[in-house]
Amino acid sequence: MTEPLPAIPPRRRGGRGAVAARFAAHRGAVAGLLVLAAIVALTLFGPLLHRIDPQYLDYLDRNQGMSWKHPLGTDNLGRDLLAQVLSGGRVSLAVGTSAMLLGLALGTLVGVLAGFVRWLDGPLMRLVDLFLALPLLPLLLVVIMLFRDSLRAAFGPETGIFLLIVFVIGVTSWMQTARIVRGEVLALREQEYVLAARAIGTRPRRIVTRHILPNVLSPIVVSAALGVANAILLESALSFLGLGFPSDFPTWGRLLFDGVNFMSLHPTRVIWPGLAISLTVLSVNYIGDGLRDAMDPRGDLPPIAGGARRNRRGRLGVLLATRRNGRRVLQGKGE
Amino acid sequence: MPDGAAPILEVRDLAAVYRTRDAVVHAVNGVSFTLGRGEVLGLVGESGAGKSAAMLALLGLLPARSASVVGGQVLFDGDDLLRATPERLRRLRGSEFGYVFQDPATSLNPVLSIGHQLAEPLRVHRGLSRRAARAGAAELLALVGIPDPKRRLEQYPHQFSGGQRQRVMIAMALACKPRVLIADEPTTALDVTVQAQILELLRDLRRQLGMAVIWITHDLGVIAGIADRVIVMYAGRIVEQAPVRALFADPRHPYTRALLAALPRPDGPREARLRAIPGQPPRLETLTGDCPFRPRCARAFDRCAGPRPELRPVGPEHRAACHLVPDPAETAHA
Repeated sequence: MTEPLPAIPPRRRGGRGAVAARFAAHRGAVAGLLVLAAIVALTLFGPLLHRIDPQYLDYLDRNQGMSWKHPLGTDNLGRDLLAQVLSGGRVSLAVGTSAMLLGLALGTLVGVLAGFVRWLDGPLMRLVDLFLALPLLPLLLVVIMLFRDSLRAAFGPETGIFLLIVFVIGVTSWMQTARIVRGEVLALREQEYVLAARAIGTRPRRIVTRHILPNVLSPIVVSAALGVANAILLESALSFLGLGFPSDFPTWGRLLFDGVNFMSLHPTRVIWPGLAISLTVLSVNYIGDGLRDAMDPRGDLPPIAGGARRNRRGRLGVLLATRRNGRRVLQGKGE
Repeated sequence: MPDGAAPILEVRDLAAVYRTRDAVVHAVNGVSFTLGRGEVLGLVGESGAGKSAAMLALLGLLPARSASVVGGQVLFDGDDLLRATPERLRRLRGSEFGYVFQDPATSLNPVLSIGHQLAEPLRVHRGLSRRAARAGAAELLALVGIPDPKRRLEQYPHQFSGGQRQRVMIAMALACKPRVLIADEPTTALDVTVQAQILELLRDLRRQLGMAVIWITHDLGVIAGIADRVIVMYAGRIVEQAPVRALFADPRHPYTRALLAALPRPDGPREARLRAIPGQPPRLETLTGDCPFRPRCARAFDRCAGPRPELRPVGPEHRAACHLVPDPAETAHA
């Protein structure tokens, strides 16, 4: 009858330790992190183990299936597919991450300014509309045609084209982030704690960085996950149009599109690069999901019944959106 | 009551409006009052009477998108705050003026630790280092009676109860020892026992720190317990102001009387219904020239249809804006 009550578990500490602990509790996110780490490690160190030059043309071993010599087979010129996927991953991941960071920084800056500075709201949002209304692929075509040669001359063929692609993707993919961030900022600035912060004399800049930005972090993280995926796909589309990296400098998208013509005869040529893209995008999405939950300090509480926390629907929504965007980009080629 | 000394704050004819898509709402219409050093001034009135709007207007805290101050002066230290630069106002907020909001549940940022938020005013106004501000924050938590402050600083708002959060808000407002504390219904969102604790806490702290307090509330019971002087607001105007004893002993404005009559009394005769004031406060989109309380007033007479009465003296420091109070200008003529 007078059984002792169960001991109340000690509260976890606040701060970074708590964020890490909550992240570790998110199984999908941990799995995503492991898969992404594996992919990154393979692209970085794989070529040291699998020592076939991805550019080496072995005419005798063309269009091979999987074998010990060529674990993923070879293409129609006899290049080793595994070596190409591994080295292509470096470029794809680098492009994806840098373009995402650029787009995210631009989008967040524009979104915060539009949401917080009243007279900038109209002009900036019209700018967003303008960018969204631009026909993307013709624009990219023109930009790349115009600047490719001068950038190549300035930075060398590889760095030049890398910078150009990253810039082009970043500059054309910040609009969604800007809209999301603006919306969040508009909602947050009406919060009582922002008024309370003003009432203790906090500077506007500090209000943005301390009170508003941490609260928009979760949509930004989701945008980031989406952004990486989109950037990888967009780079693929550009490569397909012959506007991305040259074919002797393979990326996942380039490999995919080089393989499309041989798809019915040698399906592995699209399956492997495709799988690499999908796995990366998927794991990035899961990581984003876990990060968003982990960064909410209320995450220590049991989930509210009825799903008041936003995480459950988020993952599916993100995936669907990714797929839709990907399709849009791929279909753009047919115009 | 500390009178005679120069007031710390003097408000003259303050007027502010909210703009909606198709109307202008006259929330504050010519409010004038003074606040003495160390005085506790109660500001009462029903919702929408303009109490909070007037206080937010003082410190330039009205939402810029929808509201603006349209007239008046707010004299503090010889400066007109309404004409001060935003930067000067910002420096005053939090250092000379503390502000405690009604709802402690939404006034703290859910993603920042309590320590971080408590340290903010110290870092902003005193320029303290992170560590010094942290120590100051711990002292503040102890000051408002939260045990184990070192540990609690690490925690987040959702780990605090409503009363504790309000204590934190008070600690934040008092961090830089302001000379004026504006408490905007600080106990309304709390249950009665916690309310009493917060009241007691603020009374103590006021004695310790010697600051002046403007206490906004619609609870006359709270006012009776804490205020030196009371201002009653209706439809954006002051309808009566008096020392607290005079107001309760001899209310002169029918609105004040109705408010007092609406208080349920445990010792009085048991009535079937609470005595509410009939009708609704007037809409503030259009201002009429007559007394705004006339449609609801039990004692309205023919003169009330005429021009609105200004505040007229009733007794020492006691003034009411009602035609039932003899007009000094007329009695002088007679």
